[in-house]
Formats: sequence, structure tokens, C-alpha cells
Amino acid sequence: MSERGPGAAEPRGQAGEGAAPRGKAAALAPGYTFASVSDKIGQIVLSRRTPRFWWIGFLLSFLLVMVLLVSITYLFARGVGIWGNNVPVAWGFDILNFVWWIGIGHAGTLISAILLLLRQQWRTSINRFAEAMTLFAVAQAGLFPILHLGRPWLAYWLLPYPNTMALWPQWRSPLIWDVFAVSTYAIVSALFWYVGLIPDMATLRDRAKSKPFQMVYGMIALGWRGSARHWQRYETAYLLLAGLATPLVISVHTVVSLDFAVGIVPGWHATIFPPYFVAGAIYAGFAMVLTLAIPLRKVYGLEDFITLRHLQNMAKIMLATGLIVGYGYVMEAFMAWYSGNPNEEFLIWNRMTGPYAHYYWSLIFCNIVTPQLLWFKKVRSNPVTLWFIAMVINVGMWLERFVIIVTSLHRDFLPSSWGMYAGTIWDWGLLFGTIGLFLALLFLFIRFLPMISIFEMRTLVPEAEVEGEGLPAPKTSGGHA
Amino acid sequence: MSAGKGALPVHAGAGGAEPLPIDFAALSRRLESERGRGLWRSLEELANTPEFRAALQGEPSAKNLEDLELQGFDRRDLFRFLGVSFALAGMTACTRQPAEKIVPYVRQPEEIIPGGRPLYFATAMTVSGLATGLLVESQQGRPTKAEGNPLHPASLGATDLYSQAALYSLYDPDRSQTLEYLDEIRPWISFLGAAREIADAERGNGGAGLRILTETVSSPTLASQLAGLQRAFPAARWVQWEPAGRDNARAGARLAFGRYVDVVPDLTAADVILSLGCDFLACGPGHLSLTRQFSARRRPESGAMNRLYVVETVPTVTGANADHRLPLSSARMEAFARELAAAVRQGGASTGDPFLRALLEDLRAHRGRSAVLVGDEQPPAVHAVGHAVNEALGNFGRTLRTTEPAEAFPTDQLAALRSLCADMDAGRVTTLVILGGNPVFTAPADFRFTERLQKVGRRVHLSLEKDETSAACHWHIPEAHFLESWSDARAFDGTASIVQPLIAPLYDGRTAHEVVAALSGSPETSAYDLVRGYWQTRMGGDFEGSWRRALHDGVIAGTASAQVRVQANGAEPPGLASGPGGTGGAAGGGDLDIVFRPDPRIHDGRFANNGWLQELPHPITRLTWDNAALLSLSTASRLGIAKEDILELSLAGRTVRAAAWVEPGLPDATVLVHFGYGRTRAGRLGSGTGFNAYALRSSDALWSGSGLAIRKVGGKHPLACTQLHQNMEGREIVRAANLADYAKDPGFVHEREKEPAKALSLYPEYPSHTHAWGMAIDLSACVGCNACVLACQAENNIPVVGKDQVRRGREMHWLRIDHYYGGEPANPAHFFQPVPCMHCENAPCELVCPVGATVHSAEGLNDMVYNRCVGTKYCQNNCPYKVRRFNFYHYSTQFRAPSLKMLANPDVTVRWRGVMEKCTYCVQRLNAGKIAAEVDNRPLRDGEVTPACAQACPAEAIVFGDLADPDSRVRRLRQNPRAYSLLAELGTRPRTTYLGQVRNPNPALAKPLPTTFPPTMLDDETGQK
Repeated sequence: MSERGPGAAEPRGQAGEGAAPRGKAAALAPGYTFASVSDKIGQIVLSRRTPRFWWIGFLLSFLLVMVLLVSITYLFARGVGIWGNNVPVAWGFDILNFVWWIGIGHAGTLISAILLLLRQQWRTSINRFAEAMTLFAVAQAGLFPILHLGRPWLAYWLLPYPNTMALWPQWRSPLIWDVFAVSTYAIVSALFWYVGLIPDMATLRDRAKSKPFQMVYGMIALGWRGSARHWQRYETAYLLLAGLATPLVISVHTVVSLDFAVGIVPGWHATIFPPYFVAGAIYAGFAMVLTLAIPLRKVYGLEDFITLRHLQNMAKIMLATGLIVGYGYVMEAFMAWYSGNPNEEFLIWNRMTGPYAHYYWSLIFCNIVTPQLLWFKKVRSNPVTLWFIAMVINVGMWLERFVIIVTSLHRDFLPSSWGMYAGTIWDWGLLFGTIGLFLALLFLFIRFLPMISIFEMRTLVPEAEVEGEGLPAPKTSGGHA
Repeated sequence: MSAGKGALPVHAGAGGAEPLPIDFAALSRRLESERGRGLWRSLEELANTPEFRAALQGEPSAKNLEDLELQGFDRRDLFRFLGVSFALAGMTACTRQPAEKIVPYVRQPEEIIPGGRPLYFATAMTVSGLATGLLVESQQGRPTKAEGNPLHPASLGATDLYSQAALYSLYDPDRSQTLEYLDEIRPWISFLGAAREIADAERGNGGAGLRILTETVSSPTLASQLAGLQRAFPAARWVQWEPAGRDNARAGARLAFGRYVDVVPDLTAADVILSLGCDFLACGPGHLSLTRQFSARRRPESGAMNRLYVVETVPTVTGANADHRLPLSSARMEAFARELAAAVRQGGASTGDPFLRALLEDLRAHRGRSAVLVGDEQPPAVHAVGHAVNEALGNFGRTLRTTEPAEAFPTDQLAALRSLCADMDAGRVTTLVILGGNPVFTAPADFRFTERLQKVGRRVHLSLEKDETSAACHWHIPEAHFLESWSDARAFDGTASIVQPLIAPLYDGRTAHEVVAALSGSPETSAYDLVRGYWQTRMGGDFEGSWRRALHDGVIAGTASAQVRVQANGAEPPGLASGPGGTGGAAGGGDLDIVFRPDPRIHDGRFANNGWLQELPHPITRLTWDNAALLSLSTASRLGIAKEDILELSLAGRTVRAAAWVEPGLPDATVLVHFGYGRTRAGRLGSGTGFNAYALRSSDALWSGSGLAIRKVGGKHPLACTQLHQNMEGREIVRAANLADYAKDPGFVHEREKEPAKALSLYPEYPSHTHAWGMAIDLSACVGCNACVLACQAENNIPVVGKDQVRRGREMHWLRIDHYYGGEPANPAHFFQPVPCMHCENAPCELVCPVGATVHSAEGLNDMVYNRCVGTKYCQNNCPYKVRRFNFYHYSTQFRAPSLKMLANPDVTVRWRGVMEKCTYCVQRLNAGKIAAEVDNRPLRDGEVTPACAQACPAEAIVFGDLADPDSRVRRLRQNPRAYSLLAELGTRPRTTYLGQVRNPNPALAKPLPTTFPPTMLDDETGQK
């Protein structure tokens, strides 16, 4: 193991203050050493035995992947007519699921980038995993804009590529902005995640027993040796990426919200949409992180790494963003009244009392009422109740997009065109299919990659506290020791 | 040197960047020795070095060859090679295109320009015996679109639903294609043999066993052929049966005048019109010309408006346009008419009923300038009373003419059919030849026609489809469609037209003329010879010239029926239920009335397999693909019946099951059913749609009956309605006012206007070019007849999507007619509004398309580029008018059926799956018009280009033109104070504008025109989709 150069770990050195000795709940349970942290996390991946629950979970989600493939195949064969979309409601589950997944895909980068910049030490045990979740959620989201096209094989026409027709996309359309916002976000998130993985890949390479694993991890590790120069460049790159990713977290959902806000449909055409969507996305993202983290820490016995403190912090963020979202709902209703626009007034009244009122009130229950329980520490610190609340919010955020998209479209300006909308079995097939693909990817991730950042966790170990200097000296994987 | 370099750019590539070496000393020597034209283009040319010559010939000089080799295979070349390799590899995956032979005409047909301009031929279509003159577009020999014939009195250039939809029937893949005997395919010659045997067998007893059953016949040729047959077989009978027939009108005329006459209204002079159940704006004799005359006087700025009173049982298009509508149960219609007649005769205001009193005063004040029209469904006594009232008001000769009947052989059809059935029952009929029609399906239920038909030894049926009657007959002969056949027919006023074919019969179909000729022993005579032969005897003088003129004009001059002066019998007609098919008192144990009407779309069932008509919304209920048992709101709620509930209707021991639908404006305790649906052998589209109301219809309750019992049997039958919400929700959508309010404020449409000022826009105006296309739709003139919807569908290759897709809200009509209720549910006001694309100047759809598939043309059209559309559907979400239609499936595959392929308009793209489409203002017609004007080197004239909707409109409510032309009609209509834009407050600045509706109610009865409608169970759309 080579020694790390002083100064290389500086950004994290100051973050180290948040560790165990403080009075707060710990971000890492006591009693760990560099070696035991590496063992505990690395062994999940390197173990030859695949736990039974993994097989069960993976198979179930793989079945859903098959549902997805069937749904997509049938969709391509027949056309979007297999869905419930119709003439007043031309966007249904397709765009709804897109926005839902994009929202979920916000937590990872937020945790990694923004909390990194804010030097929130507790992020270390959940960031890897949340970033992976983000990537997989964005992958699901990215499917829908292509699938929802009437002629999906021409999706590349949304890209500005030079062509003989000398045609470019129509830049005024928010859908074009979407293409760039989402693809940029996906690329930066993937880079960020991958860069964060490199030192751990080296650890796994060094610890792997079998040749193929050594080779694969070795290739992914890009020759990482943990030299001081490596660390110095690594930290700079990571910080830069964090800086780059931070505005993207805000911009992606802002642009997604413009898909609606630019339209003239009552219920869409609102300036509050960008902040309200971003808050909603963070809200949804943290709910999904909790939904996944709570069972995982249980089955893998990672309670020492993902501690109650993490859960509580996430619950607090959920509460805060939930309140912003609630403010958004109130403002929508207020502005509908205050604007004096009869179409807006009718819209909000129709949402509350019309044929889709039960969606609206379920949404209020899920997103506004239920999270109020998080004010209570008892609720926050109980993983079981927290998991249920997170699930309720997941559903609530889906309902929010349903309410925004469907109830706005189904009754707009001319009553002659009013209609109803309901998803068909193929709509549900795609929703559950993407959930399946998302889970399947996650299962593969936790089996083959360290779901918690090993090297970052090592900075939380008491050994890392260096006398006098306040600099941690994490025991890094050196490779050429 | 540099000049020389610049002068030889062509060679720069071959010669490299190096300038060619020039020896200046040698040059000046040569110039001095040069004789003649010493012109030179460049120093290099002048020097004429070997390098220059080589460069000129494209051969690289030795030096440059080296350069080339050095450059060798550059990046571009690499990509070029890669690209070609990929493309070639990709080509192996291409499907092999079917081999198509392109063969030039051996003999170029006269006037046909392949791939070029269509030709138009005049012909005529008959429905229930009466003809509408058409000009049919022929694209290289295949008819593709029907337009009205401006010279024909029943068309005046307009078309109705049936003439637009005729093309679909022509190419219907389910049409009967083979002549069959007992379901075995036979050649025509074998039928000719059979016909001879029949004739021989029947001749023995003078044809006593021979019966010919036709629909109403107005064809002079067919009538004369049948008369000839009658002479050959004196004991044979010719029976006519029309399920939606005019027996009552005939009987009424006989009651009033003592003989059959036709009463032909002329509404141009009528200030006050009373319709007693007469739907003269949507169907019946001469409805297109009546609509033209009626609508011409609905525009407040063009003279005194007429006033329309409608007393009717079922909500109709005419009732919807009434200034005053009185819903009356069918049993009370006759009493009302008699009360009216008595009051008109006595001259006193005898009645306490404000409606009747106001009506009376109005009629009295407009003696000779009023008209009372009675619907064919009303009992003869009402007709007789109506004639008496018209006589008393002095309307005959002014607003009404009495003429000789247009049909060839007016008769009491119901009585004739009854005696035919009795004869069949008694075994007196040995041969029944059915020419057209579908009596097995349409005969009154109590005649037990099917059962009695079995007793006839030889049954022959000629029909377009192999229908219910064909299945019950021995011989089935496929009928030639009218666009495939020679014939003739009379219009409602007696004007005769030659029916000339546009195409040779697709399936060896035969006409009634040929079948009758086969029976008369002249089987070789073609329909052409028969028709021509008939008219040869009628048209004197230069026959060839007259014949050609008749074919060209589509009318035969001077054939209108002679006016007959008859005196209406002022005496009180005999009592109630006197005539055939009156209000029968069929005792059934129920307490409801039932009313039978032909379906406004598929008529008596003959168009059941016509996809265009099936998918056309019912003008009032907006139902497609089904009929339903319609009940009034209060009756439905009293009986606890909701929309789509399956009901069992029992009348006089006969029961059928039908889906319920709620229709405001029906009298209480009345159930309205439309017959024509419930066909079992109509074809793939028509079979199994709706329920068969004929099963309840008996000869004593042909149009209405009492004693109907209904029972909910549980379950729902899904119905496909295109407009689930017919309530304006208090929005300024259709802007309407009474004439008095209009007089006070002609700009009433802007009363609550919220249109943003143009100056508020951040964006500059669209630059105006040569043309600025626009459309104005006069809601005062529009009667809501649906003709424009079908005309658009026919012109623009709009596919039929089927009931399930309509239920999902995916009907493809580019132009729809919105219908709204206002006022009280018991007797609501109706408002129609045709909605095509608005071609907004600030189009919200254009902004949001990511690929620029919908763009603005320089002439202000909102163009849809199908090729570029990827189908995000965003434009449709952002269109506040919801006029964009999406190909959710590959709907256009229907045009792949070999016959329907011929239906498509070659000037309009057939759209692919996943592509958005919408109204184009018939841009193909626009461009054709512009090209024609350019060829003639003249500006496009106003009105030269007419979109399909405007062309079909009998009311001339749709006007299209160039807003940049200060004299255009559309420009003038824009300046009309009634002009307004729909949803102007959104700032879309539509090019399609509306003219507000003005109604002319009687001041004595006038109430503010209601445009709001209370929320009712009508609005319950949650069950749909």
C-alpha cells in the first residue's frame, strides 16, 4: 500500500469532522478499521455465494423485464394505439412515467454532488448506491420519450445532426431542450458515478481471488494505483464533476417542467412549475433512496454503515421538499383563483371535484398529509414506518404527474373535445416493466459493484483521524504495494 | 501571375495549388507573331504549355500525379468508402419491391392526362326514388369524389351525406361480386336462361303468379319497361316498398286534393315557416335546395330574416335550427294540427296556449308569405290539415307549388306490400323478382315477410350486397352501383337526369333495367340502349345534340313536373288513425310511446356497410356505429335508466334489446328508435351494429305506437359518442343572440371579448405575401347537416377507425361539428359549430413541435409535413381547438384493400401510422387553382378555389378565400360585425373565423337566447373510454 500524499484528501479532511465523536447519531458505527470496512463491503461483491434473496429478487425483477420487452415489442409492432392515449389526452402514462422516473433520478446526483459541495459527511455511505439508482432511473426515463413517439424509429430526428435535407430540430420546442437536458444529465451522472467507482474498483481488483474478476475489475479501475498524484487528480476531477452536476440537478427537472409550462393548456401554463418540479424531484428521489436502502441495509447487515442518522437526514430532506411541493399545490390553486382566468379556475375546480377528484385527493394525502408524520422523531427513526412513508410518497409522486398531465388535458378549452383517459394493460406493462428493469439493474449492481463507497467509508474510520493535522490518512488500496 | 491563377479555378483541383509555369518572353514573342483574333482568356492559355493542355483535358501532369498519390486516400475518401459499404450492406436488408409494369396507353384516351387533371362527369344518385344531381370527379377512369351539380335543382352545387358517401359504397369490398343461384356462382347467361323459363312459365296465366317488388321508382325508363312488362303479363303486379316511404304524404295529398300531387316548397319567399315534424333541412325531397333557400334568409344583414317554428316529436336538425321548437308526443301532433287549422279557419285567437297564439298571429300576418311543411312521418290527416292551412293562408302558388308527382307510379306502398304478403301466404305468387331494397329486413314485422317469402317458388333478388333478402332468395344478382350503370331518375320537382356510369362495373353487376329486359324477352339489350332508346322517343329534334347536352349538364331541360292547380279540400279530414301507418294504438301493456325514424346516417339500413356513414356522428346525439333507444332526461331518471343500459323494449308482443341513450328535447314517456341498424348480413362493417328496430315496427304503428314497455335487463352496451360533453360551460364558444339584441348591438359577439390587443405581442407580424388564406363560417346559416364532415373525409383520404377507436376518442375527422345544448333540458336550444383547423397566425402547435413538422406557410397556412412528423403528439396537446388527429394505429391500411385503393384521392397523401394530421384548407385544391391561374397568367379569382367542406355545404355557410384581396367575400365577412374568433383570448389569431348566430324568435315568445345548460346526467362521461 502506498502512502497518500498530504493534501490530496483535503476536501474530505474537513468533512471528517462529522464523524462519530460528535454527539449526533453516527454516520458509521464504532469499532471499524480500514480493513474491516473494506472486508465488509468488498465481501458482498467478492463472495462466491450469491444469497438466496438475491436470486429471488433478481428473478422476479427479470420477469418484469420480460414484461417490458413484450410491451415494447408489441408497441413497435402495432403503434401507440395500444395505449390509452386519445385525442384530448394525447400524453398519458408515457410522459407520466418519463417525468416520474426523471424525478426519481434526482436524488443520486443531488446526494453526491450537492452534499459533497456542502461537505455533508453523512452522504458517503449512501451516495454510491443513490447514484446508481439515479443512473438506472434516468435510463428508464430515457426510454419513454423514444417509446412515446408515433414513429420511434425516427427518434434521431430530434438530434441536431447534419443531413442532406439541411433540417435542424425546431429549437423553440421544449422537447428539444429535454433531449439535451436529459442526455447531458445522464452522461454527467454516469461519469460522476464511474469516476467515484475507480478507487473501489482497484480495491476489488486487489482483493478478488479469481483471475476473470481481477481482469474485469482491473480494466474498470483504469490502472489505479492510489499514488499521491492519482489521488490529487482524482479529487480535482471529482470536485469538478460535482460542480458540473450540481446545476444539472436543477436544470433537468426545470426543463422537464417547461414541457408543460410552455404549453398553453390550463394547469400547465404556470411559472411556478420549474421550482416546484425540482423540489418534487428531490422529494421523489429521496423517497426512492429510502425505499431501496432500508431493505438493503437489513438484508446485507449494513446497519453499521447506513445508520439511523442517514435515514433521519433523508427523512428531513423529504419533509422539507415535501413542504415545498405542498406550497406548489397551494399556489397552483391560489393563482388559478387570483388570475381570474376562467379556464384556470375551472381546471382546479375540476381537479378537486371532477371525475379524477379521487386522484387529486389521493395525491394530497400521499404527498402532503402523510409526510407530516416525519415531524416526529419516533417516526423518522423507525425504518419500518419510514419505508412505508417513502412508498406512499413514491405513489404520490406518480399521482402528481397523473394529475398534472391527465386532468389538465382531459378538459381544456372547448367542452366539445372533453374526454376521459385510462391506461391500458400495455401502459401498466411498461410502467411495471421499467420498474422491473430498474430493479434488475440494481440487483446486478449490488452483486457486482460495491454499493457503498469503500474508500470514502474508510475516511470515517477513527484511524483516519491524523493527529495534529486533522487530515485523514485513509488506508487506500494501492495495487502495487 | 495572380490574375492567371484566378482565371483558372476549374483546374485548381487537378493542377494543385501551384500556378502553371509561364515563360513571359516566349509569350510576348507569340503575341507579336499572332494574326487574326488575338483573344485570350488567361496567360496560361496564351502560353499554351503542355501542362496547361493536360490540365484542360483533365489529365494530371506528371508533377500533379505525384501530388495526388501523396494525398491518396484521405479521411473523406475513407468515409465515402465506409458509407458505400454500409449502404450496400444495408441494401441487402431491403424488401424487394413488387414488380410493376408501366405501360403507356396504346391509344391515348381523349382528354385524359395521366397523373394530371381529373375529369368531371354529371350523373345522379337516387335515394328513395328521388335524384340528386352530381358531378363526379374521375381520376384516370376511377371516380374519387362526388360534388353537387349546380344545374340540378335538387343539388344546386351542394351535396348531402349520401352522395358524398356513395363512393365508399361503390368501392365497398363487401359488395356482392358474383351472381349466385342457391349460393353457387353462376354466369349471367344462366340467369338469362332462368328468366326465359320464368317468363315462359308465367305467360300461361297472364303472369298471375309474377310479382315485381321494387323500391320507389322515379326512373322513366324503368317505369316504361315495367309498364311494358305489365302489358306482356297483364295479371302480374308491380309492388313498390320503401321503408322510409312517403305513403302518408301521398295519402294526405289525396285527402286534401282528391289526387296525388307533390307539394314543392319554395322558401325564398317564406317569412314564416312552420314545420310539423318535417326535417326538411336534413332529409326528404329537395332538402338541399330547401336548406339553400332557408339559410339564405338567416343572415340578418341580407334582408328580413325568416322565422322557423318547429313542432316535432323527435329532435331533428330542423328542430335544432328552429326559432321556436315545441316538442309534442306523436299522439298529440294531430290534435295540435287540427287546433291550428281550426283557428286559422275561424280567424279568432281561440287558444290559450301562448305558443299556438303567437304562431297563429305570425301566420296570419304573413298570408301568402308563410309555409306549413308536414313531415312524411306524420299521419295523412296532418298532411291534409297542413294543406288546408296553406290553402287558407293563400300560400299555394307563392311559397308552395303543387306539381305532378315526381315518382313514376305513386301508390299506397304499405297496402301494396300487404296484399303482396297476403298473396304470398295464399300461394298465389309463383315468382317474386325483387329489384333493389331489402324487404326481408325492412318489411313491417307483422307482415311476416320472410316466412311468407318461403312460399314463393322462384325468388330473384338484385342488390348491391348479398343481404338478408338475398339469403332468402334463390337467385342473387349483384347490382351495378349507380356510378357503374346507365339509368335515369327524377328529382323532387320532376326534373329528369341521365345517370351515366363513371366506371365499368367492378364485379359484373347488372341494373334493374337489364333484369326487367331479361324477363321481357329482350335479354341482349343493354341498359345504355334502354335508357337511350327511351329518351330517343322523348327528345324531339336533334336527339344526338340533346342527349349530349343532357349528359353534359346532368339535367334534361324542360322535364320538371308540370304545375297542377288543385284546390285543397277545406273540410275537416277524417278522424285520428285513419290512414295507413298512423298513430297506431298497438296495445302492449306499457305506458310509453315509441317513435320510429330512419337513421339520419345509414337511412333505412341500406348504407349500413358504409364506413363513412357509420362513423359519422348522429347530428344531435353524436353517436356513431350504433343506434339506441333514446329517452328524455326526465323519463330516464324516472325509470332509473342510465346511458348505455341494455333495455328490453316490448311492443305488441315483440321484443328487442337496445342500448339506452338520453336525449334532451324528446317528449316525456316517448322512446325514439332509429331503424336501419341491427343488420345481420350487411358486411364486415355493418353487421352487428346497433339493434334492429324493424323488429318492433308493425304496419299499424309504422312511425309511432303506444303501449311500449321497457325493462332494464342489466348490463351495459358500450356506445361510441364523439362528443361526450354538449354543454358550453358558460364559455363564449358559439356566440348567439336574438334578432332584437342584434339590432341593438350588431357587434354583440364582442360583448365579452377578451382578445388581447395585437400591440401586446412581442413578436413582429408575419410578413404578408401574395395571399392570406382565411375562412369564415356563418353560424347563422349553418344548419348542422354534417355534409361538410363527409366531404372532407372523402376529399382528404381520411380513414375510418371503427367503433372501438371512436370510443377511445380517436376518430379522424379533420372537420367536426360541435353540438351544444342551451336552456332547459326539456326543450333545449341547439347550437352547431363546424370546427376545422383555425390556421392560427400564432399557432401554438408550431411552437412545440421538436422537429418542425408543422410550420407556417408564407400564405398563412398552418402546414403539416407528414414526412417529418415523428409523432410526439405535443402539438395536439397544445392545440386549444383540438383539431389535430393522430394516427394511433396504421389506420390507412384500409386503403390497401384492392377496391378501396381506388377510392383514395391521388392529390392527398395517405398518412402513415404515428403521424399527426389535420385540416389543410384543402391545400391540394389551392395549389391546383394557383397553377391554373399561373398557366393562364392571371390572378386567382375569389371563389375559384373551394375547399371540399365549403363546396358541399348546402347552406353556403362556409366561405373560403384570400384575406389579402380587399374584395374577397371572406374579407368582407371578416369585417362583418358578427365576425369573431374562437378562443380569441388566447392570442392565437385564427384565420378561420365565425359569424355569430342570430335567431329570429317571435317577440311575443322571445326569451333571452340561452347558451348555458344545467349540469345533467348528460355530462356523465366517466363511463366512456
